[in-house]
Amino acid sequence: MKGKPLVSIVSAGLSKFGKLEGLYAREIFAEAAKEAFDRCPNLNPKKDIQALFIGHMGESYEHQGHTGATMAEWAGLLHVPATRTEAACASSGAALRAAIYAVLSGLADVVMVGGVEKMTHRSTAEVTEYLAMASDYPFEQWHGITFPGLYALMATAHMHKYGTTEKQLAAVAVKNHYHGSLNPKAHMQKEITPENALSSRVIAWPLKLYDCSLITDGASCLILTKPELAKKYTDTPVHIIGSGQASDTIGLYERESFTSLAAARLAAKKAYEMADVKPENIDVAEVHDCFTIAEIIAYEDLGFCKPGGGGQLAEKGETKLGGRIPVNTSGGLKAKGHPVGATGTGQAYEIFLQLTRQADKRQVKNAEIGLTHNVGGSGATATVHIYRRG
Amino acid sequence: MAEQIQAFTIEQFYKHLLQGKLMGAKCRKCGKVHLPPRPLCDSCFSKDFEWIELSPKGKLLTYTVIHVAPSQFQGMAPYAVGIVQLENGVKIPGMIRASPEHIKIGMPLTMDFGTCAATQQWPQWPRYFFKPA
Repeated sequence: MKGKPLVSIVSAGLSKFGKLEGLYAREIFAEAAKEAFDRCPNLNPKKDIQALFIGHMGESYEHQGHTGATMAEWAGLLHVPATRTEAACASSGAALRAAIYAVLSGLADVVMVGGVEKMTHRSTAEVTEYLAMASDYPFEQWHGITFPGLYALMATAHMHKYGTTEKQLAAVAVKNHYHGSLNPKAHMQKEITPENALSSRVIAWPLKLYDCSLITDGASCLILTKPELAKKYTDTPVHIIGSGQASDTIGLYERESFTSLAAARLAAKKAYEMADVKPENIDVAEVHDCFTIAEIIAYEDLGFCKPGGGGQLAEKGETKLGGRIPVNTSGGLKAKGHPVGATGTGQAYEIFLQLTRQADKRQVKNAEIGLTHNVGGSGATATVHIYRRG
Repeated sequence: MAEQIQAFTIEQFYKHLLQGKLMGAKCRKCGKVHLPPRPLCDSCFSKDFEWIELSPKGKLLTYTVIHVAPSQFQGMAPYAVGIVQLENGVKIPGMIRASPEHIKIGMPLTMDFGTCAATQQWPQWPRYFFKPA
């Protein structure tokens, strides 16, 4: 099945990302669902949608579990089989993978897949604590290692091994804020300078405030169907032609390397093989820039450059709009925001817009093939998906 | 049996630490040393282990200085944490008690079993930290 569509995306929705005061997760998800339904008039949601998969990381934020059924109800899909997936920040990347299993198995012809997180009502200390739950408790959390701390450990190792600089990290932040300034749904729509980034307060050295993604509220969703049914719903489907997922040790400390994520490399290899596509064929990518160092490592793990070349790739502007391979045109987790459960399918939403020429000011010209890279925790889960314009 | 073999668990690892011992579990079938110990060897699926005492000395592989900490660690911030490779090759993370400007990748460190006693609530584990060797 090399290069053949596995499933087709016929619609997509995204809530506004940001500090959505007074809104509860289910209300934010309803906003994303409404956009996906409105975008696809040929779809009868109650009749056609046969399953819902929803990525959601934490019960702690709203003291609310049982997210699958809750989101189905509030999206107007009462009684559909609804399943929540949890893989930390890759929760909806994993949900997308589960939705693909469902469609390919033949159990469901049309499914909705999405993700949601409501975070901004909590204090920074509380969010720091909840996010840390995605890491190893007995040896990482127990010894005071935070989530930014884990990526800082990778950053220090990367700087030591390859000479990556804080200026190169800042280049990622500046680029993603520029992209975010072109995205009306982004949490931050303001450009920043390298000086802003370099002088911001230290969170976990060498990572500073502007090296970190945002604590954000938001929801995202996609409507998937079998490729042979896609034209029933839209003239411009986007096909998913490659899907890879892999896992790794929960503790960063147990891994062979701290400068590359094995799960991401393995997921990418699977996805590229399935899609029969090479890194140089990718026209636009959304990668998991939970921290600036994570985007640099993503370039290397995805084969956009050699190991150690990620810092230079960012610095030379090759991943900026108009560059060789634009990355995170949405603004990424850095500027669009990172409502953790919503991130994976939120990335797919941006690729859907890009490949259907709906990305407005941030449109990548003639984009035919896109990629998403979604990472959970410090890399214990990774999903990579490859998309082709239908 | 001369002495009772303790279960190869994280709980037991921390109990040993309270006694001032850094103990790993060696798989009797394939020889892999596990830190933390685990009930099933992830290399060969054996459940046959023996306890071995590990040298608390090692070298620093990478580190960071945490400024924004979770609630329970806020009083200690900023503090350094790193990943240390012990002399037998296994890796373990922990706090480093040294001023950040003196911390360098590759520096020799040794584990100090600390002054922390077991906490009252779950999990009743002590904390260790590293100091320059």
